[in-house]
Amino acid sequence: QASADANRPFAGLSDVSISEDIPVEGDISVPVGPSARRDDEFSTLDEPVKETVLRDLRAVGKKFVHVLYPKRSTALLRDWDLWGPLLLCVTLALLLQGGAADSDYQGGPQFAEVFVIVWFGSIIITINSKLLGGTISFFQSLCVLGYCILPLTVAMAVCRIVLVAGSGSVSFAVRLVVVTASFGWSTFASTAFLADSQPANRKALVVYPVFLFYFVIGWMVLTFSPSQ
Amino acid sequence: MSAGSGNKNTEPWGSFDDNLIQGSGSAVIDMENMDDTSGSSFEDMGELHQRMKEEEEVTEEAAATEDHEDGEFLGMKGLKGQLGRQVADEVWQAGKRQASRAFNLYANIDILRPYFDVEPVQVRSRLMESMIPVRMINFPQKIAGELYGPLMLVFTLVAILLHGMKTSDTIIREGTLMGTAIGTCFGYWLGVSSFIYFLAYLVNAQITMLQMLSLLGYGLFGHCVVLLVSYNIHFHFLFYVLWLLCGGLSTLRMVAALLSRTVGQTPRLLLCGTLSVLHMLFLLYLHFAYHKIVEGLLDSLEGPNMVPMQRVARDVPELTINATVRSLVPLLRAH
Repeated sequence: QASADANRPFAGLSDVSISEDIPVEGDISVPVGPSARRDDEFSTLDEPVKETVLRDLRAVGKKFVHVLYPKRSTALLRDWDLWGPLLLCVTLALLLQGGAADSDYQGGPQFAEVFVIVWFGSIIITINSKLLGGTISFFQSLCVLGYCILPLTVAMAVCRIVLVAGSGSVSFAVRLVVVTASFGWSTFASTAFLADSQPANRKALVVYPVFLFYFVIGWMVLTFSPSQ
Repeated sequence: MSAGSGNKNTEPWGSFDDNLIQGSGSAVIDMENMDDTSGSSFEDMGELHQRMKEEEEVTEEAAATEDHEDGEFLGMKGLKGQLGRQVADEVWQAGKRQASRAFNLYANIDILRPYFDVEPVQVRSRLMESMIPVRMINFPQKIAGELYGPLMLVFTLVAILLHGMKTSDTIIREGTLMGTAIGTCFGYWLGVSSFIYFLAYLVNAQITMLQMLSLLGYGLFGHCVVLLVSYNIHFHFLFYVLWLLCGGLSTLRMVAALLSRTVGQTPRLLLCGTLSVLHMLFLLYLHFAYHKIVEGLLDSLEGPNMVPMQRVARDVPELTINATVRSLVPLLRAH
């Protein structure tokens, strides 16, 4: 008896009739995941390009704010995107480019070098954290690591401004302080997002490669010297 | 409980379905398919999951094609179109299944997962132990087979090398600073490990490739310490002392581990001699090739007996012009 009822859940409603004078109203739209998003995409195809670009820029800007004030939030992880890391990587590589303008002096990092370091370093750190039992996905981790380069990029801009003023030991001391502070900030910000996804006793194993990664980038920023 | 399987399905949740686990109707549980984390059955687990996923996909596909066949009959032209679409669909599905199976088998990073299963205290204790040689050579010493520590040490060595190259203004003609550092460190770790493993295979020593990689990786800890100190404090004498002390200790540790796993005098001599020579020379090379020594300090300390290795020199335009002029002049004179 119970199984018969279970097979026909609406069996009891067969005798209900809807009269035509009673207006039926209400919202019967059911939020279905994929098709709703597909409708969204189709509707944004007609909007002006400026709106699309501004919307993406606003999302990137919101994530920048999250990096600058790192709290234990999942905003960076939930809607990850790789626009921000790309922008930051290109900016950093361009800022580091000025010192190596002379082709004979190859001591400075080339554009491609910075790119390769940032992206392959992030990939290696991500694979390492996944192998250590992390619960974060591949692209989420790339997103977090890329966004946390922001303090170092800001430090690079500051260093270039300081170098315009002069390149003595005072400017070196100032640059050292700025780079060290931003390196610490980057590491702290990225561990605030990444360490939560690891088992408690292995946090140090994940933090060390992140520390090394930002150390190398910070080192490139600090030892940048413009061509005479 | 599973004596008369198939006809005792009284539970609404499907009871203990042996077919799902083993693929046959036997009551014996195959130990091979048990979920254990010893690391040797990861491929089996991967295959098992893949098989289960494929079964699901096949049943889904069967249901989908059944629904499709129950659709309307559109006449001969419609039938050919439908058939063509179905065939194309099935070819696509088969290709996708093959590709995903290959991908899951080869790009499965779970194969590496057991080698990264370490705790921070273990890594710290292994780092300390890599500088302490163990005297027991009559019984095979235990070598940890992990890759996290060695990998991090290689990256640390790369970072230290970069620092040394930067502070000494090394000029590299072909290639970049970063590329050279990474190539050197990884090349040493992987290349020398493979070479020593090959020699060990020839003389029948009891060591696996993973253990060799791990041993050599941890042996780089001494190198990291020495280079960190000597790239910042430019005392030549200090470098030699550290080279003998730290380099020697880490080499002795590796040599003792290898000795304990090799039988016979000549094989032992060959294996351990090669390893110690390569390991010590690598440290020497790293110090001198990537770090220009301040000339005055060198002369004042011990005389000019050791010329620092330098990278490829720049062409000097005047010399090349002179050379061509000198070669052209006799030609002109002959005419």
